[in-house]
Amino acid sequence: MNLHEYQAKELLKKYNLPVIDGRLCYTPAEVEAAYDFFQTPLCVLKAQVHAGGRGKAGGIKLVKSPVEARTVAEQMIGMKLITPQTGSAGKIVKKVYLTKACDIDREFYLSLLVDRSKRAITLIASAEGGVDIEETAAKHPEKIVKLAFSSLGPQGFEVAKLAALFGVSGELAKKLGEIVINLYKAFTQRDFSLIEINPLVLTKSEEWVLLDAKCSVDENALYRQMELKGMADYDEIDPKDLKAGKFGLSYIALEGNIGCLVNGAGLAMATMDIIKLNGGNPANFLDVGGGASKETVVEAFKILLSDSQVRGILVNIFGGIMRCDLIASGIVEAASELGVKVPLVVRLQGTNVQQGREILSKSNLRIVPADTMDEAAKKIVAAVGR
Amino acid sequence: MSILVDKNSKVITQGITGKSGSFHTKLCKEYGTQMIAGVSPGKAGGDFEGIPLFNTVAEAKRATGGNVSIIYVPPPFAADAIMEAVDADLDLVICITEGIPVLDMLKVQQFMRGRRTRLIGPNCPGVITPGEAKIGIMPGAIHQKGRIGVVSRSGTLTYEAVFQLTMLGLGQSTCVGIGGDPLNGTNFIDVLELFNKDPETDAVVMIGEIGGSAEEEAAAWVKANMKKPVVGFIAGASAPAGRRMGHAGAIISGSSGGAESKFEAMASAGIRITRSPAEIGSALKACLT
Repeated sequence: MNLHEYQAKELLKKYNLPVIDGRLCYTPAEVEAAYDFFQTPLCVLKAQVHAGGRGKAGGIKLVKSPVEARTVAEQMIGMKLITPQTGSAGKIVKKVYLTKACDIDREFYLSLLVDRSKRAITLIASAEGGVDIEETAAKHPEKIVKLAFSSLGPQGFEVAKLAALFGVSGELAKKLGEIVINLYKAFTQRDFSLIEINPLVLTKSEEWVLLDAKCSVDENALYRQMELKGMADYDEIDPKDLKAGKFGLSYIALEGNIGCLVNGAGLAMATMDIIKLNGGNPANFLDVGGGASKETVVEAFKILLSDSQVRGILVNIFGGIMRCDLIASGIVEAASELGVKVPLVVRLQGTNVQQGREILSKSNLRIVPADTMDEAAKKIVAAVGR
Repeated sequence: MSILVDKNSKVITQGITGKSGSFHTKLCKEYGTQMIAGVSPGKAGGDFEGIPLFNTVAEAKRATGGNVSIIYVPPPFAADAIMEAVDADLDLVICITEGIPVLDMLKVQQFMRGRRTRLIGPNCPGVITPGEAKIGIMPGAIHQKGRIGVVSRSGTLTYEAVFQLTMLGLGQSTCVGIGGDPLNGTNFIDVLELFNKDPETDAVVMIGEIGGSAEEEAAAWVKANMKKPVVGFIAGASAPAGRRMGHAGAIISGSSGGAESKFEAMASAGIRITRSPAEIGSALKACLT
């Protein structure tokens, strides 16, 4: 689960991290009032959406007066922000964050995450922070430093390595060390899966500032992170996605027209792969999970049918925990209740497959059965293509 | 021989009184696995379908000689259950539980350092040596005793591959689901190494997924060490580049992580790749002739 910049900064402030004052605003009038309150010559207005690349897309603007702040806010609030991370649909800006500006001398990059292959919380740093960090990583990997911490957290020699990379010493190096330790503390106490500070800024008055902050929370840990759970922004989540989540389904909308209903993430991806290999185009990824019931299958069908692009549905279930007869009754119930009008191909295999197939064939519904994945994919692609 | 589990494995179920724990313990027992004890705090002295219950793993081991545990404990308590089993010095711990926080698994990794217990999973279907022992949630009936090893990050996609093998008359020595979580106890390389040494395994099916770099690392290991044919599939070639936050993930994984990079790494390591998930079985068959 992703946090907004303003949420991330408010949290990091609690860990004594140097964050500039800011105010979240929903209207241009609020922006103007916030500017007045700050009494500062220069502010930055930042669109609050869950996506990087905001600056280049016009979602971050310098403003020099309360009136200018209001004018810029009028354009920014309600605008559709399209960045490489939002996709072509873009995101509507519903709130903005006004912060005091600072005098930037140098920009750095810092992030913390769990590195799978090192099996450790790892700090990634570069002395060349700012907008093109991925390019730097690809073209000049030597400019990126990775520090995999032990279970004891960051140690002095590791902080010293970082200070050397950033070319700072004395008091600045000491303060940099405090930043790293406090970021680590926040990461471990809040079950973050990512903290990214880009850029970390050194101001002309020789102070460190976390100019931007992105935080993601490990969703599996939300049960013990109630404060973070409350920060979920439902505007940022596709309503179909949200509905799927409520029923323990995992759904991702795609561009194609063949709706997929599969159990297990790996098999769901493989099903999409084989639809593509046969010349079709999946409309979604939908994993009904290992322990789905008849009810969840019905809900899954509702989600598929609410997508107007769907011109055919492929159900691919390999029963392990999930019994095929249960799934079959769910399919029959959903298809009759919802009146499925598009072609429906069902492939069942595994636990209780015979009972499942019987339920389908006795249902008098127009369900096309298939024995193998390949046959199922070919049948649905042909049906939709026609 | 086979690997990891066989007819001599004596299994303790942790979380035996829960819904999936009880359901699958019954199925494993019906398959012929020696399900000899259950752990459920506060229920010592009782039994589940004739299987004696204990308060702790250590007590269960002492009383029954169990050497393997399977864990169905809910996510908030699963990491602790793993550490308890490791502390009881079992040979093998298989964790089925899905949804354990990453930082909990980091703790488990640190706890396990220097101890001999092997962990499979979490978030995995378990391990089966057909005809001998099923310690997991996979449907037993689709398996057949034989000489093909299967190792996979996925659950149901593994069943699909196994089913294809069985339909072609290719039985399995052992099938291992290593789990889909970012931090798991046993990785591809560990299992490939075991299959490489197992005289009862002739060839291996390896099933990966997009994300991370475990498949690339395994491919490099195969190139340097593997003496047996390996067939590989990666799920997710059609998945769009996910909406992601920030750049750190991309920096850490560099060019690896996508299906193409994984297929390429496998192919250049001499692994026979198949791009169709429906042709995993036939690709393996082609390898043997």
